[in-house]
Amino acid sequence: MHMADALLSPAVGGTFWAATAGTIAWCAKKVQQDLDDRKIPLMGVLGAFIFTAQMINFTIPATGSSGHIGGGLLLAILLGPYAAFLTIASVLVVQALFFADGGLLALGCNIFNLGVFSCFIAYPLLYKPLAGNGTSRTRIVIASIVAAIVGLQLGALGVVGETVLSGIAELPLQAFLWAMLPIHLAIGLVEGLVTAAVVTFVWQARPEILESAATTRPLGSLPIARVLVGLAVAAVLTGGVFSWFASSFPDGLEWSIAQATGKDELDEPAEGIYGLLAGFQEKTAFLPDYAFRTGEQAAAAEQAAEPAWPAVDSGTTVAGLVGGGLTLLVTIGLGLVFRKRRRTA
Amino acid sequence: MAAVDSAFLDLHRLDHLAGRDSVVHRLDPRVKVLITLTFLICVVSFDKYAIAGMLPFAFFLTLVLGLGGIPAGFVLKKLILVAPLALLVGLFNPVYDQQPLMQLGTLTIAGGWLSLLSLLLRFCLTVGAVLALIATTGFNAVCMALEQLGMPRVFAVQLLLLHRYLFVLVEEGRRMDRARRLRSFQGRGLEMRTLGPLLGSLLLRTLDRAQRIHLAMRCRGFDGTIRTCRPSRLTGRDLLVLALCGGALLVLRAVDGPLLLGRLVTGLIA
Repeated sequence: MHMADALLSPAVGGTFWAATAGTIAWCAKKVQQDLDDRKIPLMGVLGAFIFTAQMINFTIPATGSSGHIGGGLLLAILLGPYAAFLTIASVLVVQALFFADGGLLALGCNIFNLGVFSCFIAYPLLYKPLAGNGTSRTRIVIASIVAAIVGLQLGALGVVGETVLSGIAELPLQAFLWAMLPIHLAIGLVEGLVTAAVVTFVWQARPEILESAATTRPLGSLPIARVLVGLAVAAVLTGGVFSWFASSFPDGLEWSIAQATGKDELDEPAEGIYGLLAGFQEKTAFLPDYAFRTGEQAAAAEQAAEPAWPAVDSGTTVAGLVGGGLTLLVTIGLGLVFRKRRRTA
Repeated sequence: MAAVDSAFLDLHRLDHLAGRDSVVHRLDPRVKVLITLTFLICVVSFDKYAIAGMLPFAFFLTLVLGLGGIPAGFVLKKLILVAPLALLVGLFNPVYDQQPLMQLGTLTIAGGWLSLLSLLLRFCLTVGAVLALIATTGFNAVCMALEQLGMPRVFAVQLLLLHRYLFVLVEEGRRMDRARRLRSFQGRGLEMRTLGPLLGSLLLRTLDRAQRIHLAMRCRGFDGTIRTCRPSRLTGRDLLVLALCGGALLVLRAVDGPLLLGRLVTGLIA
């Protein structure tokens, strides 16, 4: 499942953007160091291949529904983790831009969920040791299934974590987990089977492709600890920066910061963008901090701990509805004007 | 195969739209990428119950789409195609968030409904913004802009090659899938079992193609970078548009325009 922009808070989206951008830069450096410029057209064409493969549906046994493959693990097997990560990232960029699958801000999360887990965890830590030198069919099948399932489970966890941290959707963590993990167990199984089928086919038809792929990869020295530390640093840094920008509503982030630092909140800077926005808000609020509060609602308001909003204020409600309605009308009117102009043009 | 056909048509349609000419098309791609990012950050940073405050952004988006000559029907169709995901997740909001937030006469509206509506609006705005960017700029120009803004060159080349070969391979995949379907009766031969060899052969062809492309590119002096003969230079007009649009978006984000308008109108009537 792809994350959508609408489900994300800027803090979470920004953090994952930074983490993903860092990983892309790092992989790009690695691929360039490789000095194997044969890989560049290969990556491009394989990205298009994955795209095409995703469009070919097949029937899943015993369910009657149809599915398609994700392809992250397959790419990692064919290209090695660095080039595979860049290729998956490029596929997701095209999907986000052309098919509105996910979104531009959610791109960081999506690349992270589908790329990092399958390329840097499932492939080197599970597939490689399990498949060995890739000469036994059973080992390839088992390794593919295990790696695909683990990779997709981690990806699903990523989606759940990002959604819950953002706090836009109200789904409770447990229900969401129960919905996501079993589905992705099944998807992972199918993904593993198809990946194994493709890999064994290639191995039977043209074994030299897999052999050369296996030998040209300098994989023994994958510094996974360094990757994780780098990601953590990027996450904390951007998390801090973005929380200033959006600090009047960081439900999820506040929670994560409290977990990480032991403090309830970072100190809000009085100057900069936040101060400017707050100043605007104070000036434009006609009745600051004023609302009808009855016992029950006040309690509810305190629970939510969000300034000004949870208190029910019918004055604001009516004004908001009238103003919102007018804006909507003007927008629709504008659209109609353009439409008419295009017809006549 | 309907999905592939429509996806294929959409790709062509977007490329076609990007090839047109308008005020929006003529802007520097970098400016458009930056404005889109500002737009997205502003929209997603709204409070989860905000609805009216986001509507000016819908106005902005409509303005851009209109100026760029992008048909509304095209955008709406895309939105409907991808909407189920957001709807699926947001549908639980009214169930779990029963806290009363709005009082309209005797009708009390729970926060969950507001946040659901807000989520859908956010969804339309974010998806619409990305479509507007790509339909007025084109993929190649967006890639170049991203590279100029600091994306690694290898990744830019990767994106360009992917986009270039997408059309070729999708055409090939379509052909293979059509052949498979024509030979299948009562759904036989479409199982997962056949997919491995099918994808495998496509993969082998793809690898051969990559080899040929590589040789051809080497013959023409390819050294890992793609060069363009179109030097893109930021003009004063581009910078002005960037400043104006960026400023306008930030002001729209900071000031709840519809609320002010509503207060003014209700105040005048009262």
